[in-house]
Amino acid sequence: MSQAAVATMDRKPMPGMKVYNMKLGMWVFLLSEVMFFTSLIGSYLIMRFAHPDHWTDPGVVLNVPLTAVNTFLLICSSVTMVKAFSAIQNGDQKGLKNWLLATILIGASFVGIQGIEYAALSGEGFVAALDGYHAVGRGNPHEGPSLGGPLYGATFYAMTGFHGAHVSIGVLCLIFVYIKALRGGYTEDNLAGVEVIGLYWHFVDLVWILLFTIVYLI
Amino acid sequence: MEEQEQAHPRYILIFVILLVLTLAEVGYAFLDLPRIVLALGLIFMAVWKAVLVAMYYMHLKYEPRRLWILAVSPIPLAFILVLAVITEFR
Repeated sequence: MSQAAVATMDRKPMPGMKVYNMKLGMWVFLLSEVMFFTSLIGSYLIMRFAHPDHWTDPGVVLNVPLTAVNTFLLICSSVTMVKAFSAIQNGDQKGLKNWLLATILIGASFVGIQGIEYAALSGEGFVAALDGYHAVGRGNPHEGPSLGGPLYGATFYAMTGFHGAHVSIGVLCLIFVYIKALRGGYTEDNLAGVEVIGLYWHFVDLVWILLFTIVYLI
Repeated sequence: MEEQEQAHPRYILIFVILLVLTLAEVGYAFLDLPRIVLALGLIFMAVWKAVLVAMYYMHLKYEPRRLWILAVSPIPLAFILVLAVITEFR
């Protein structure tokens, strides 16, 4: 069976759904991810209501400007991802490769900046451990009073860490798609792989939009 | 007209709106307003951004109605999950 025939078969819609199976499968997976992140956000809200003394005002402990830059990067990566999909829709192989590479680089930068943020925060005593927690706030001397409580650190690292893991997995999948694109594996009629990884990537961006507001700004 | 828009959705315009909303959020978060007003405003802007990403970048706006129903199905479940556990603290 030719590659084009296989590609067409892959894009055959599920009976009654009008959406090809691979895409439907990704949507169902993303719905399970909605519930996963809901459990994290829900737990966070409950703990925050129950123990408000463990939290501080926005920007006191967490670095909001740095994370705003990171949010900007992730939004940019959504644009480059959707441009990659748009390029292959129009049969533009060069555009697909360039936009995919840009998405990979921006996604990796997001993870890198998150690593830098984690290193700085843990250096300031903002850790996920009950015993070691002693957050002094941004720019304060280390012997200063502790701000907030360990629940703040634990929920912060759990939520942003799981999201960071999702971004990292997304970057790895994008590298796989990029290598396939370099070999000419995608065409106007065979672009399911690009569309499906795009859905995942935009979902990760969407989750970050909510996490940034809930964890950093409220 | 809709087919033309579907072929070339306004990705850059959506990007600019997302960027402006992000900047607005950061500025708004540090205003001297009651906590509840701040929280509601921030949640409104975040949901607005999330809807824009889902509608235009995930192309939900152009998908069949059945996929729409599938996509929004976890939202009531998510509310039930959070509300059910919050009642434990009442």
